[in-house]
Amino acid sequence: MTEAIHTTNLNAWYGKTHALKNIDMTVENNKITAIIGPSGCGKSTFIRCLNRMNDLIDGFSTEGEILIRGKDIKDTDPVALRKKIGMVFQKPNPFPKSIYENIAYGPRIHGINKRELDSIVESSLKKAALWNEVKDRLNDNAMELSGGQQQRLCIARALAVGPEIILFDEPCSALDPISASKIEDLMIDLKEKYTIVIVTHNMQQAARVSDSTAFFLMGEMIEFGDTKQIFKKPREKSTEDYITGRFG
Amino acid sequence: MDRLRIQRGHIPYLSEFFHSIKLDRLRMQRIRELAIEKALFLCALVSVLTTIGIVLVLIFETLSFFEEVPILEFLTGTTWAPTYRPQHFGVLPLINGTIMIAAGAAVIAIPLGIASSVYLSEYASAKVRQTVKPVLEILAGIPTVVYGYFAISFITPLIREFIPDANIFNAASASIVVGIMILPMVSSLSEDAMRSVPRSLREGAYALGSTRFDVSTKIVVPAALSGILASFVLAISRAVGETMAVTLAAGATPKMTLNFFESIQTMTAYIVQVSLGDTPHGSIEYQTIFAVGMVLFIMTLLMNIVSMWIKERYREVYS
Amino acid sequence: MRYIKGEAFKYLCMAATVIALMLLALLMWDAWDKGAGWLSLKFLNSFPSRFPEQAGIKSALWGSIWLMILTAIISIPLGVGAAIYLEEYARRTWLTRIIEINISNLAGVPSIVYGILGLALFVRGLMLGRSLLAGALTMALLILPIIIISSQEAIRAVPKSIREASYALGSTKWQTVRHHVLPAALPGILTGNILSLSRAMGEAAPLIMIGALTFIAFTPAGPFDPFTALPIQIFNWASRPKAEFQFLAAAGILVLLALLLAMNAAAIIIRNKYQRYIKW
Repeated sequence: MTEAIHTTNLNAWYGKTHALKNIDMTVENNKITAIIGPSGCGKSTFIRCLNRMNDLIDGFSTEGEILIRGKDIKDTDPVALRKKIGMVFQKPNPFPKSIYENIAYGPRIHGINKRELDSIVESSLKKAALWNEVKDRLNDNAMELSGGQQQRLCIARALAVGPEIILFDEPCSALDPISASKIEDLMIDLKEKYTIVIVTHNMQQAARVSDSTAFFLMGEMIEFGDTKQIFKKPREKSTEDYITGRFG
Repeated sequence: MDRLRIQRGHIPYLSEFFHSIKLDRLRMQRIRELAIEKALFLCALVSVLTTIGIVLVLIFETLSFFEEVPILEFLTGTTWAPTYRPQHFGVLPLINGTIMIAAGAAVIAIPLGIASSVYLSEYASAKVRQTVKPVLEILAGIPTVVYGYFAISFITPLIREFIPDANIFNAASASIVVGIMILPMVSSLSEDAMRSVPRSLREGAYALGSTRFDVSTKIVVPAALSGILASFVLAISRAVGETMAVTLAAGATPKMTLNFFESIQTMTAYIVQVSLGDTPHGSIEYQTIFAVGMVLFIMTLLMNIVSMWIKERYREVYS
Repeated sequence: MRYIKGEAFKYLCMAATVIALMLLALLMWDAWDKGAGWLSLKFLNSFPSRFPEQAGIKSALWGSIWLMILTAIISIPLGVGAAIYLEEYARRTWLTRIIEINISNLAGVPSIVYGILGLALFVRGLMLGRSLLAGALTMALLILPIIIISSQEAIRAVPKSIREASYALGSTKWQTVRHHVLPAALPGILTGNILSLSRAMGEAAPLIMIGALTFIAFTPAGPFDPFTALPIQIFNWASRPKAEFQFLAAAGILVLLALLLAMNAAAIIIRNKYQRYIKW
């Protein structure tokens, strides 16, 4: 199976506000799929539907189908679903605990044996390219790390649970350019093993890292396709306007 | 699931075994989650049950009181003498006493409270405000029995120094301490209301050449009026419900009077008086505390609702 | 002219603030002036007596301590539990709305009304008599609204991002609350709870209603024992005309205020200590 995520006719509402309109989208395995669009276009809402994060919001409702690896997420327990789908947020949000605890927390609540934790912490930090920077101070408070390090810690934390898909919700928008480029490199490394969906404001970033790109506008998916095609020869006028900076 | 199988080796039945343990864990977890949610909901429900309890207890005992005493006599009678023969059950003297105390306290607390809140919000430096506010909060945290003591040990002798005819228990002394007691409430809540008036409004006025006085009285106070009024009502409601200070200082003589230098009795003080005595359970005297308590509860509840309503109704929305 | 008016107004407002502060000082000074001379270890360690020289607050002090502990045990789990429910679990339904309006209304109900409830419900209804437990239950209901409101504020101050981080890892709601929200909100919750308990510490009216006795020549040994408490002892002494008893009342007030001050100081220390440590 090459399809990691498949949505059919996905609609979403915050109360009466229609936030997503008839989204049909396919995310392929081991690819980076970027979602771009102006603020309020529904791109964050969309990826938060995928791991049912929006369930936590009062008055939120969806219609339509979301299949993850062919399985409807409505039939999946959100807790089990989120274990399979990791998420990294806009602002680095480490727990106010030690670096070690940040990584070990996820595996621990999923019942992983204490003896395995050390190796999980190490491998997760290595995968997130943070190990060398923090290996000597695993017991320091995570809040003392720099913003970019914190964000990589959050990535490591997500990896530690053993997800198959990772959602990035504007992961670099709170970071300086150097930290941002490290995260971008990391994402490219990660796609070997994981399927990645990234929401971004930054079109250069989408162009650099992603394989396919979707353009959202006012809750609708205007265009979806190969990243090169979208950025070189967009089919839709509004996509072109957005990419060339005429609005947004 | 593929990953799981790889981790556990290629023994299918073992994998299924672990799989079933895992499902059990999930199911247990879900049951636990639900149980916790229900338990927490019950905690939240306790507050509703408290209200229901208060209302039921008051209604139940008050109804049996009204079987003995006509409700009209209770509400319109001007003599309160449940322990003498012939008994009289007119609650007006107690209400009169309560209103006197509340009014007297308001006369003291409102001007002082609003003036100090204007000072703290408009004139005082941040440093002064940060020192004075906690001190005022200490004033608010002092137990009411201490205020009662202060009334009889300090205020009453002081009053009798100037007005020798004043009774040793008098409404004035109690009013003054209750006023002191509710002052921090007026001051603190009004100050909050004034400080939530946006800077831009003030700056606009200053830019037009207004003085601080103009800005305070013509811009800030009017803009914060709903919060200020709400604080008044809330503070007066607090004065109505105040018990220990008035019991100690105002006396135990239910009276239709407006003379602040006489001994009077409030509803709360009456309730305390009955509880201190040995009134048999189920007697008409015992039931009076519930009837009086009902009047007190309704009065304070109405004031709290009015206070909330003022705040909601007239809230200016600044963004 | 305009200038003079403005200055006069400023000093008027300042004077009001100074008066409020001076009243506090006066009140403290009055109690200190009359009571300090009566403070002694013997005062702390003697039972009440008809003879002012021999009277002390031992039973009242122990009664108050017992009462505080029992009240804390009852009200803190209930109050924090309710706050967690309202902040983390409750959907915005009419029931939630009613519960919240009800809580803020309860906070404004006079304490003596809680005494009436306690008398009917715990003393008579549950036949607990005039025991510590009846007193603690009454006090717990009295401070429950403030505990809930202050705990809610503390919980609300925990940033949403921490909850999201936890949920995104596949935590359940309770795991999120238990492992992340509560630890982060704990200093605020503790501060609010201590302040609420200090309110209960100073309350006399509800205890008089449920019949906490004043002349008790023993310290309580369990939750079903009769008891007295500091504010009641103070009230009792203050209501006696004899001057010596007035001084005893003042001395009792000093002890009560010292205890309250200690609780407030603890609350402030907790708040400052953790505020520095946790920054988002």
